[in-house]
Amino acid sequence: MAPELEQTDSTFTAATISATRPARARRTPLTWLRAGGISRLLFLAPLILVFGAFSWYPIVRLVLMSFQQTNLVQPATWVGLQNFSEVIHDPLFPIAVRNTLEFAGLALVFGYPIPLIAAVLISEVRRRRGLYSALVYLPVVIPPVVAVLLWKFFYDAAPTGVFNTILGWVGIAPQQWIQSQGQAMPSLVLESTWANAGGTVIIYLAALTGVNPELYEAASVDGAGLWKKLWHVTLPQMRTVMLVTMILQIIGTAQVFLEPYLFTQGGPANSTLTVMLLIYNYAFGNSLGASYGEAAALSLMLVAFLAAFSLIYLRATRAWSSE
Amino acid sequence: MQLHNRARRSIRMGSAVLAASLVAAATGVASTAAASTPTVSISVASLIPGSTKAAVAEFNAQVKEFEKSNPGIKVSSVQYQWTGPTFAAKLAAGTLPTVFTVPFTDGRSLGENGQLANLTTYAKALPYWNKFNPAVIAEGIDAKHQVIAIPTAAYAQALSYNRQLFQQAGLNPNDPPKTWAQLESDAKQISQKTGMAGYAEMGASDNTAGWILTTLDYALGGRMEQGIGTKARATLANPQAVQALNMLHNMRWNDNSMGSDFNYGWSTINQAFAAGQVGMFISGSDVYTNMVQSYNINPKIYGLAPIPLANNKNAGVLGGGTLAAVSPRASAAQIAAAMKWINFYYMEPLINKTQAIRNARTLVASKQPVGVPALPIFNEAQYKLANSWIKKYINVPLKQMQPFLNGVFKQRLIPEPEASTQYVYGTLDPVVQSVFTDQAANPASLLRAANPTAQSGIQAGK
Repeated sequence: MAPELEQTDSTFTAATISATRPARARRTPLTWLRAGGISRLLFLAPLILVFGAFSWYPIVRLVLMSFQQTNLVQPATWVGLQNFSEVIHDPLFPIAVRNTLEFAGLALVFGYPIPLIAAVLISEVRRRRGLYSALVYLPVVIPPVVAVLLWKFFYDAAPTGVFNTILGWVGIAPQQWIQSQGQAMPSLVLESTWANAGGTVIIYLAALTGVNPELYEAASVDGAGLWKKLWHVTLPQMRTVMLVTMILQIIGTAQVFLEPYLFTQGGPANSTLTVMLLIYNYAFGNSLGASYGEAAALSLMLVAFLAAFSLIYLRATRAWSSE
Repeated sequence: MQLHNRARRSIRMGSAVLAASLVAAATGVASTAAASTPTVSISVASLIPGSTKAAVAEFNAQVKEFEKSNPGIKVSSVQYQWTGPTFAAKLAAGTLPTVFTVPFTDGRSLGENGQLANLTTYAKALPYWNKFNPAVIAEGIDAKHQVIAIPTAAYAQALSYNRQLFQQAGLNPNDPPKTWAQLESDAKQISQKTGMAGYAEMGASDNTAGWILTTLDYALGGRMEQGIGTKARATLANPQAVQALNMLHNMRWNDNSMGSDFNYGWSTINQAFAAGQVGMFISGSDVYTNMVQSYNINPKIYGLAPIPLANNKNAGVLGGGTLAAVSPRASAAQIAAAMKWINFYYMEPLINKTQAIRNARTLVASKQPVGVPALPIFNEAQYKLANSWIKKYINVPLKQMQPFLNGVFKQRLIPEPEASTQYVYGTLDPVVQSVFTDQAANPASLLRAANPTAQSGIQAGK
């Protein structure tokens, strides 16, 4: 009975509102002009132009190109879903997906907790907190290409290389680092964590200042130590921020390009070939520029995957983040 | 008879008047044309990024000279180095200079895809058009018989070696290895005695690893492809390629004679060699120029030898070269101006004594290399003649390159694989890298696994 009543009520309410609403004045170009339409358009114009030229138009072109065969010099030909089919049947495709998942997984296991731990430790420090924050953030300031060149130097596989010299002090044999199929990907994750952790630390530090100090005082009164305060106060209070940083990190690592491109170009033996690098190789790896359509198709596939993943993630964690 | 003479005189006079009028008219037209000819602007590929100031100054001087003799043409220079990825991006974006260079491997495919300007009319008007080596000029003619590029330089793969490291290792620098077994043992000795890489090889994922493996394959008598065009058959898993990879595997893992860097590209291996870190490596016979222009190599350390060839009737040395091409976006006037530049900058020093001497003199004044060994794009006689014009300007250590010069003309020159060359090289890159980074790598199975990928690329015309 109750649902029926509710249904009747809502129908009645909508009908009543609709009946009592005054008739809308007819809009003409003149009324639009009088209402300040031109000034609204002028204000919006720069935004529309910039987004149109640099975001929407390239996106539309990308979608079109994924169904075309083109070398961007001669007129394009429509090929339907052929580009998608070629990508899916490319033996490098599963390798690139697996490597990207490996990078994302390693970055999540090692790269995700480190900024959190660093932020908590810095927030516990009573003196020179600003200095420690600046030191942690410093790698973010270094241009990424410079950072990679620096780390390439560190990863020199010769016994005289920087890291190998350090390992030699503790009796560990020289490692191959980025010249080993097994060590290349973890080496890339290590540099990436070093280079990017600073930004996340600053976000966590900002979030930590938002935690009500009375909660810590109450926890102290109840006899909670540092770890209990962290587990029962800090982490629950920061869960919304942590969920956002996690999805940003997953999206970022799914699009990893800079490190594999600059360190290894996907080698050795495709062990660091990621999806983004494969897209790049389709477009520019062949000097004849024969596979722009495949590059566009794989880009669309990546966008679709990340959009679907983000939706599922947000739905799955909605309850947790709004508790 | 009299009438006849008068008539003849009249005709003569008439002819003289007509000729005078034509000359006057022609002069007038010429002067009007000179006064009103609109300036054509072209951009041209200059030197590779990182070249020395002296090299840049030398290039700029040549631009000025060209503009002086071609008042209607304005030339701007753009630093340029051909690499697969940057070339493809610039070509697609339309940001290549009007005149640029591509390797022999790409010319015909780019032409057939409509990615280069058609130079046929201008090229066939060149006075030396019929003197090109037919095998060389064929690299610049596409399947529709259009001339889409002009060959400017040809090279044979060669063995660059460090004479100083040879000496330090107790080897004779005048006796570079003549067999692969000798190369292996020399590399081992250099590595053990000096601590440097006895033999290094390009292994980067930029098609260079596949390029050098193909060179080794040729030297042992193998081929990576059979046939031409999209119907060619990939033959990556040939016995000589397996043999080459086994040799590299042995040097890498048993002899430990290849140093610690297995990710060299074309430039970085030149840099390492110029820095004295590499005993021997394989690249084009003309890499010395880059080592001078970009890395200030000490000429005393440089030695050049032919690649050892196996005792196999199919064994040969891989040859390649460079083509000058014009952007497909160039206007007719720009194409005409571009062809004048190609003729002036690339061709004149090879066929014109005055220009050859002037070019050599400018290069010497700028402390640039003159006389770096190359292969003839016309014929051996013309090549030797051109070198005789500039003999007194040659400033490269020619004596140290004598092993190569003595040997290369006796070697069988084999062009690079014709079908989808760069794609096939790219497919071979991970194979070479596996051998360098995985001790348990099995060359035969790696090559077998790579073959279908190469075949699909060939079929798709990539």
